[in-house]
Amino acid sequence: MISRRTIGLIIYLIFVLLPIYWLVNMSFKTNDEILGQLTLWPENFTFDNYITIFTDASWYMGYVNSITYVAMNLVITLLVALPAAYAFSRYKFVGDKHLFFWLLSNRMAPPAVFLLPFFQLYSSVGLFDTHLAVALAHCLFSIPLAVWILEGFMSGVPREIDETAYIDGYSFGHFFIKIFIPMIRSGIGVTAFFSFMFSWVELLLARTLTSVDAKPISAIMTRTVGAAGIDWGVLAAAGVLTILPGILVIWFVRNHVAKGFALGRV
Amino acid sequence: MHKIPNNKAWWLVLPMFLLVAFSAIIPLMTVVNYSLQDIFDQNTAYFVGVEWYQEVLRDTRLHDSLLRQFGFSFSVLMIEIPLGIAVALMMPTRGWQASAVLILLALPLLIPWNVVGTIWQVFARGDIGLFGWTLNNLGIDYNYTSNPLDAWLTVLLMDVWHWTSLVALLCYSGLRAIPDAYYQAAKIDRASRWAVFRYIQLPRLRNVLVIGVLLRFMDSFMIYTEPFVLTGGGPGTSTTFLSQTLTQMAIGQFDIGPAAAFSLVYFLIVLLVSWLFFTTITHMDKSESGAKYDQ
Repeated sequence: MISRRTIGLIIYLIFVLLPIYWLVNMSFKTNDEILGQLTLWPENFTFDNYITIFTDASWYMGYVNSITYVAMNLVITLLVALPAAYAFSRYKFVGDKHLFFWLLSNRMAPPAVFLLPFFQLYSSVGLFDTHLAVALAHCLFSIPLAVWILEGFMSGVPREIDETAYIDGYSFGHFFIKIFIPMIRSGIGVTAFFSFMFSWVELLLARTLTSVDAKPISAIMTRTVGAAGIDWGVLAAAGVLTILPGILVIWFVRNHVAKGFALGRV
Repeated sequence: MHKIPNNKAWWLVLPMFLLVAFSAIIPLMTVVNYSLQDIFDQNTAYFVGVEWYQEVLRDTRLHDSLLRQFGFSFSVLMIEIPLGIAVALMMPTRGWQASAVLILLALPLLIPWNVVGTIWQVFARGDIGLFGWTLNNLGIDYNYTSNPLDAWLTVLLMDVWHWTSLVALLCYSGLRAIPDAYYQAAKIDRASRWAVFRYIQLPRLRNVLVIGVLLRFMDSFMIYTEPFVLTGGGPGTSTTFLSQTLTQMAIGQFDIGPAAAFSLVYFLIVLLVSWLFFTTITHMDKSESGAKYDQ
């Protein structure tokens, strides 16, 4: 017997999946079929749109660029957020509450507003059009979230563990890497997921801070609008390919993500 | 947890502080700088004090888009929060179905924002999109590129599609943290489904809902990419929200002074609303129950 709840959930999931299905559907059609008549299933099934992307360096380099700066952002975020979150979860220090609020307030700054200053800042230090510039700019938004999530997970580890380790003669660095980090593995996984998510979906800053060498895929997608109108098939295929890394990443953290969404505080 | 006072902890925070400060404080100071000067080129700039602020406070175009922005953010919260709670309540609790639903729900969150715009641009078109085509064939006159109301509703629907999952996942993780004993007690008391929701689930969801409302308010207030791709702000100005108006002013027309001045006002509005909401909630929390939530 199917309950009312299940039916409700199925209706919602159809609402979520239908637009995505339409994009996937379109990516396997030829442009003639897309513009000709409305078909619920590709009648002339074709991989041409995908082949176009995978054989053209100016297309697939967009994916490489995006993945490069996302990975750099991830590494930088974890490197600086781990010790900071440890300090917030274990110690009281001068200005800790203010610092935490200031961190979160960065999350509230509208990116559209800071485009021009960002552009000038990174140009003046010679980082314009590098992957590092985009990674650093994204850190502004991913670090506050990372510290917030990690702090929640770390507070769940009793401090007796720290003290026992020090009594056993571990130095701080040794303890942190050998004992502490393995204990909050799932927290790190979830943080990585959120950092990835933010950096991957963001376009505005990434587009502003790059021109040629580090141009992200989402900016290259605007290319499909040409003199002969929009190349819908290739546009759809490029869109589908941007969804795949996300699916891959969420697959890895699927067992921890419920806890992660509570930001480690439940 | 009991925390030890130790100012050496600053050494652990320092790398993060420097990194964030580099990207946060310098651009913010630049914006403040712009907002106080009239800049002609790199070497010619005049200090104009609060003139730009006076100008933007009288600018009806900015007022209109600010009002539109509040209307949009309010609608978004009114739809997404209840819908998200409902979806979370319907989700299976264990087994492979739980993982599958979780992954499917998270999908819209992982799509680049401009692709979200593209998906809906295609999906809602009357000629090649399933949604627009279906509506038109049902006899509803729907065209988001020419009708302002349709465009506004499409942007709203897109945002609901995009972000309700976040609220749902937040609530789902909150629900999972409720101990089974609560439900067993409710069963013994023969509590109705509604009573279980009202007196057990909703109070325990409070913390995640605070986060959900804050995140949704902040992000919907800063929305830029999705409506830009979908409608380009049109038709007319029906879907031109605040970020887009400011970007047009700063980059399109090079009215950097007024744009910077209003940017700061904009930032302050987001900060103020978030702070008000957060303090009210935590204050209510304290006065309502001294011991109950004291964990």
